[in-house]
Amino acid sequence: MTSATDNRTTDGRAVRFAVLRKLVKNPIAAVALVWFAGVLFIAAFAPLLATGGPNLTDLGAANLPPFSDGHFLGGDAAGRDILDRLIWGSRSTVMAILIVTVVSVAAGVTTGLIAGFYRGRFETIANFLVDVVMSLPGIVLLIALYALTGPNLPVAMAVFGLLIAPTYYRLVRSIVVSVRNELYVDAARVVGLSDLRIVGRHVLWAVRAPIIIQSSFTMAAGIGIEAGMSFLGLGDPTSSSWGIMLQQSFTSIYNNPVAILWPSLVISLTVLFLILLGNALSDVLQSSARSKVMPRRKRRAAVAEAQAAITGSPVDAEPAELSSSDDVLLSIRALRVGYPRSDGGITEVVHGADLDIRRGEIHGLVGESGSGKSQMAFSTLGILPKEAIILGGSVLLDGHDLLTDSKRQREARGTRIGYVPQEPMSNLDPSFTIGRQLVKGLRAARPMSKAAAHAKLVGLLERVGIRDAERVMSLYPHEISGGMAQRVLICGAIASDPDIIVADEPTTALDVTIQAEVLEILRGLSEERGLAMILVTHNLGVVADLCDTVSVMKDGLIVEKADVDALFESPREAYTQNLLASSRSVELMEIEQ
Amino acid sequence: MLLNLMKNLLRSLGVLLVTTFAGFALMFGNATGIASSVLGIGATPESVQAKVVELGLDRPLLVQYWDWLTSAVTGDLGRSFYTGQQVSEALSQRVPVTLSVIIPALALTALISVLLGVAAAVRGGGIDRFVQFFSVGGTAIPNFIIAIALVFAFAIHWRIFPATGYVAFGDDPWQWVLSITLPMLALLVGAVAGGAQQFRTAMLDTLGSDYVRTLRARGMKEQPIIFQHVLRNAAAPGLTVVSLTMLSLLGGAVFIEQVFALPGMGRLATDAAKISDVPMVMGTVMVTVVIVLVINFVADLLIQTLNPKARMR
Repeated sequence: MTSATDNRTTDGRAVRFAVLRKLVKNPIAAVALVWFAGVLFIAAFAPLLATGGPNLTDLGAANLPPFSDGHFLGGDAAGRDILDRLIWGSRSTVMAILIVTVVSVAAGVTTGLIAGFYRGRFETIANFLVDVVMSLPGIVLLIALYALTGPNLPVAMAVFGLLIAPTYYRLVRSIVVSVRNELYVDAARVVGLSDLRIVGRHVLWAVRAPIIIQSSFTMAAGIGIEAGMSFLGLGDPTSSSWGIMLQQSFTSIYNNPVAILWPSLVISLTVLFLILLGNALSDVLQSSARSKVMPRRKRRAAVAEAQAAITGSPVDAEPAELSSSDDVLLSIRALRVGYPRSDGGITEVVHGADLDIRRGEIHGLVGESGSGKSQMAFSTLGILPKEAIILGGSVLLDGHDLLTDSKRQREARGTRIGYVPQEPMSNLDPSFTIGRQLVKGLRAARPMSKAAAHAKLVGLLERVGIRDAERVMSLYPHEISGGMAQRVLICGAIASDPDIIVADEPTTALDVTIQAEVLEILRGLSEERGLAMILVTHNLGVVADLCDTVSVMKDGLIVEKADVDALFESPREAYTQNLLASSRSVELMEIEQ
Repeated sequence: MLLNLMKNLLRSLGVLLVTTFAGFALMFGNATGIASSVLGIGATPESVQAKVVELGLDRPLLVQYWDWLTSAVTGDLGRSFYTGQQVSEALSQRVPVTLSVIIPALALTALISVLLGVAAAVRGGGIDRFVQFFSVGGTAIPNFIIAIALVFAFAIHWRIFPATGYVAFGDDPWQWVLSITLPMLALLVGAVAGGAQQFRTAMLDTLGSDYVRTLRARGMKEQPIIFQHVLRNAAAPGLTVVSLTMLSLLGGAVFIEQVFALPGMGRLATDAAKISDVPMVMGTVMVTVVIVLVINFVADLLIQTLNPKARMR
């Protein structure tokens, strides 16, 4: 989505060339393009390329093996040259895919545009019809149509186009609905552009990439259905099409088994290449949409490369000082985290950050979104996304590195380090009751009987302010409020008595009144149990309220670390000063309102 | 839940009415066309007119449809224009043949797709690349070409399975197994290719969800997370995949029956269409739609019983 809108600023032609260049670089896509262009070329110049007409028979050539004199691929049962028939047959294939594509794009895109742009009753009816069409096997309807029209390929292909138009309809409608709500479309409206111009200029631009990608799959389907209809004997037997050739050679499969190979091969390869082309197109046009997990070998090479690059660099030369002494519980050293890019490189998002947490300390980790603070939090628990790559550094728990010792890390989860997530609702499994998932989690960390776990959790739920805890245990996540869900998650984190809690923006998703309560709970728990806490947040108010120490993070680096009072009184770094100033002005604005 | 069920049922009935009427209007709309193709090339305009009246095609379309519908409800789908055979009788012979191929194919597709999809999503690496590769190849090659290749290999080259024909289960169970093995395999390739890929996506979506991360952070081991939590939540999209697979199997069976000369409903439809035996074609369209709707309905029902949110209401 974003890629489609970002491109708008650049010159259209330049973009097209860039896409083509990227496509050609991909060897599979290049072969696919050449094949497809070849089929188009052969269809266009069939009369020049073929040595005779499609139905020219030469009885002497009947069932001739391939590579015979004058008949390169041999002859079929009726003595027709197979290569010539393939050449002529490409014409009905190309015609079929043209009709299917034009009809389905025209029908699907127009209805999708109208439904997505105007919504209302048109959309309701269109959605119902689309459901109807999509719940039918197309081939059965095409057979029914044959009963009416007889062998009429263009009509059959047009109808097939209508039958697969719903794919475009759904695609376009969903994109239009989301584009419509974007600001620039509103702006265009305010400026007074007519609907038609808005659609033409902004909406069509956003949908063009998905349409191109889908079209190569549509063409593949068109070839398949054309061949299939002919194979069923529902084509015109006097014409030459790949499907007809397949059917006719299938009937003489015992006399001339090789003849069936050629149409099968041509049909399969053309369909296959169109699908590969579609995949390659979607990689090129929508590459930003996906981040792929790197294969293990490439991953190892990338890590080695990254480590080689930093030896001798200032980060490594100046060993980070260990603050105070042995009451440091968890310490992150020179942590570097990266993500693979679509071009095979790695984008580093954390560039060697250090962090020390002492026993019982609440340590704020602040910074803008994208500064890498959540990445730091996740790496202490080993719950970074699958595609993330740890490029270097260590996470020391009681002096043992967790990053190199996955067994120790697994054991530390839950038992030593607890986790309180940001979004309360999405962090509870919707298919299990609160009680079942809490009990399971607790028993995974600390082996105990179900009854004991249940009793302990009920007690904890009451501690965090849930009154009818027994009832809440039997509810499903969708039956409780966001604030209650966050209390449940806090219980899940502390139930197994960890020494440190990693809380990732624990109040951001909550109402203001509930935020204060949740912070109060966290503070209380920390005091009662001597719990240390890493509190990831962008809210300096929360930091001032709760934290003992603060680390400020910017662009993947810790830029400042201080006691909370010192930081608020005299921030050293310019960035911290800015952060403080902007948060104060927000507060002022809130007060003025 | 009950309300949803009723809504679904009404919707299915709506779809059935819309599709049968559309099909009916399309096919019975061209009265003289049907009559002249029934009579053959030498028919005079008078005899065509007489035939139109004889077949009842001169009545208003809505009346004809109403007649057809009311008798269809009682199980009477009319008679073949050619043989005079009851359409319902022909269908009762043909439908079991098709179902005896596609139901085992559906079951195997679901099983194999789940196994492959889970392995690809969880293990990644080689098995994942294999699934990706197989899903492109398997969906690209039309199933009738796969069927032809299978005939070549296992019926002509190695004579393990019969190339054509069908033996009913009741007549000889072992022969039945032999006769449906190749057709089923031919259907399976494409269906598994699509199914495994879609199930892999469903698994990956669930694996990447927030609650899986939280479960991990609580110290749960990977295996119980996958088998208890992820599979449970990927089941609903998985069932949707299964119902879509049924749709593609029904379509694919038409071609497969042609290759293996199976006397199923796909061939019935194809043969009837070639001679414009409209009541017969109409009957197969209706049965196909009913099968699809029943499968969708059952899948919806299962999805709802799996979803605690829907179960409550």
